[in-house]
Amino acid sequence: MTPAAPPPRGAPVLRAVDLAKSYGSGETRFDALKGVSLDVRRGESLAIVGRSGSGKSTLMHLLALLDRPNAGRIEVDGEDVAGAGARTLNRLRNERFGFVFQQFFLTAQQSVLENVTLPLLVAGVAPRERTRRGMAVLESLGLADKARNRATDLSGGQKQRVVIARALVNEPDVIFADEPTGNLDSATGRQVEDLLFGLQRDRGITLVVVTHDEELAARCDRRITIADGRIIAPSDATASLVTEGAAR
Amino acid sequence: MRSADVIATATRNAFRSRLRTTLTALSLFVGAFTLTLTTALGAGVNDYVTTQVESLSTGDVLLVTPAASTDTTDGPNEYDPDGRQQSGQANPLGAGTLLNDDDLESTRAIAGVQRVEPVQQISVDWVAADADAGDGAKYELEVNPTSSIGRSDLVAGTQLDQESDDFQIILPEDYVDALGFDDADSAIGETVALGYTDAAMVEQAAEAEVVGVARTSLLAAGSGVSQALTDEIADAQAVPGQPNAYAVAVAYLEGTGADGAVTAADVDAVKADLADADLAGQTVEDQLGVIQTVITGIIGVLSAFAVVALIAASFGIVNTLLMSVQERTREIGLMKAMGMSNGRVFGLFSLEAVVIGLLGSAIGALAAIGVGSAISAGAASTVLADLPGLTLLLFEPATVATVIVVIMLIAFLSGVLPARRAARQDPIESLRYE
Repeated sequence: MTPAAPPPRGAPVLRAVDLAKSYGSGETRFDALKGVSLDVRRGESLAIVGRSGSGKSTLMHLLALLDRPNAGRIEVDGEDVAGAGARTLNRLRNERFGFVFQQFFLTAQQSVLENVTLPLLVAGVAPRERTRRGMAVLESLGLADKARNRATDLSGGQKQRVVIARALVNEPDVIFADEPTGNLDSATGRQVEDLLFGLQRDRGITLVVVTHDEELAARCDRRITIADGRIIAPSDATASLVTEGAAR
Repeated sequence: MRSADVIATATRNAFRSRLRTTLTALSLFVGAFTLTLTTALGAGVNDYVTTQVESLSTGDVLLVTPAASTDTTDGPNEYDPDGRQQSGQANPLGAGTLLNDDDLESTRAIAGVQRVEPVQQISVDWVAADADAGDGAKYELEVNPTSSIGRSDLVAGTQLDQESDDFQIILPEDYVDALGFDDADSAIGETVALGYTDAAMVEQAAEAEVVGVARTSLLAAGSGVSQALTDEIADAQAVPGQPNAYAVAVAYLEGTGADGAVTAADVDAVKADLADADLAGQTVEDQLGVIQTVITGIIGVLSAFAVVALIAASFGIVNTLLMSVQERTREIGLMKAMGMSNGRVFGLFSLEAVVIGLLGSAIGALAAIGVGSAISAGAASTVLADLPGLTLLLFEPATVATVIVVIMLIAFLSGVLPARRAARQDPIESLRYE
């Protein structure tokens, strides 16, 4: 799937057309997304904002190929992946995507290096190569001296940097970040934001950020706001976010 | 994910919760320990019986006895002056009725029977190293009446040549020292003197060549002497005027198989002909097969207990792995989000079960071998000292390996349910799990 020469910056790396997703059936049926169309351009940073339950997480899961839509289609580099098999989707996620989660999801009993190289382990990279690439990524994020530490022995900011290292180690095209600063204090959160936007700027990695955080959303090149399973106008979005922010 | 990494990761995961894994493996340990011991006991005892059977039979002989009388309800049997005599004493190898010369003749006439020799009870008074010396110490000697039909469990030398006219003897192992030989090998080829009393109560002596030295055997006690020597002594000891009667006769069969080997069909044909002549033919294996059937039955029951322990242990594995899956929900979700296939997730958890199985069964088997060998050695020098050649617990590598593999298989099957649960987890649900 990886083209020899990447398409120029600005071309859509992900495209969603009329996505619909519902959970349950009958009385308990809940429509999380009701027809969302969206382009994610190569190299941009996109913020997906909205209230809890607005469907923003569902949209990210569909874009990240973690879930399949009930209707509509998703294209990766212009190719429809709706009919693709589990193997193809697994490989796409493994090779093209990186994930950063609010709760870190680091395995406590393993070393920092082992946590970081998990995507390479899944990909079937040889142990020596895993270590080499894992150390290179940790080096670039200034965590090389922590490689042998247990993941639980780190501070919150260090943990989130380890998570970012894990998202970077397979050299992805797109990093999906779900509330990347949600568990961090504002100073540390700012450092993590700087790191993510630096990667976007320097390495041309596409950034898809799901967040409540108005400041973080404002730093992104573009933002979309989801409400009740639909994209609403950007002007409305600001107002809703202010209310949201006050509520927190 | 590479297969080697799956194995390595599964192994590390198994040891993540050390106490839990140890306790689960411990229940398998009990099963493996018991199963290894019972199979070893079965192998040990059966091996001993097989050796004993071999010491009794060359495979081409039938023990001929009178057919058991069935007409017990029609009142007393009418006297037949040419009929069979009744034995005065109980005979483990035959019925109460004795064979007469007519029976031997009719057996000889059966096709496939090469020759027939009656088993004759002879009594030897003493054995000495050298007849000429006169002052050499004399020892009592028991002659095994069935030595002519079988082979001995030899320490040195060769089996008796039943068709030779030479007087040959196979000595029990403990006579080697007593008769002044350096060791079993140096006794071979030497001549010993046998003293016996003939029918007229006159002391006689015969010389016999030592052709072999045998281990004491459960089923063939005493020394063995060749047919020619047996005939010599039996003739001298026969009471004049009394008709010959024998408890058992031995029919040597002619084989039709390759190289004159006696096949099962040959044995069956002769048995049928013997039945027509109101005689019964049994191979030694027929007689001792019953013993082995009983042993196998007992071992089977003991092994069943071990299997019950293993089944209980398998529920322990299911429980342990379900807890493991529960604990690692987010980790599974993360790996699946990163593109790990359901098959690999399944492999990761089922292999963890196999690792626990290997751990429990290998340690259990090793412990059983250690404890069993000690018991076996202890028993051999104390309570079982009279049964040389008996290894109470025989640990055969193939059997031990089978036990381990079977337990690993049970562990794998126990891991299927939890592993399937892990493999089917939805990554989104797993990552939402707090």
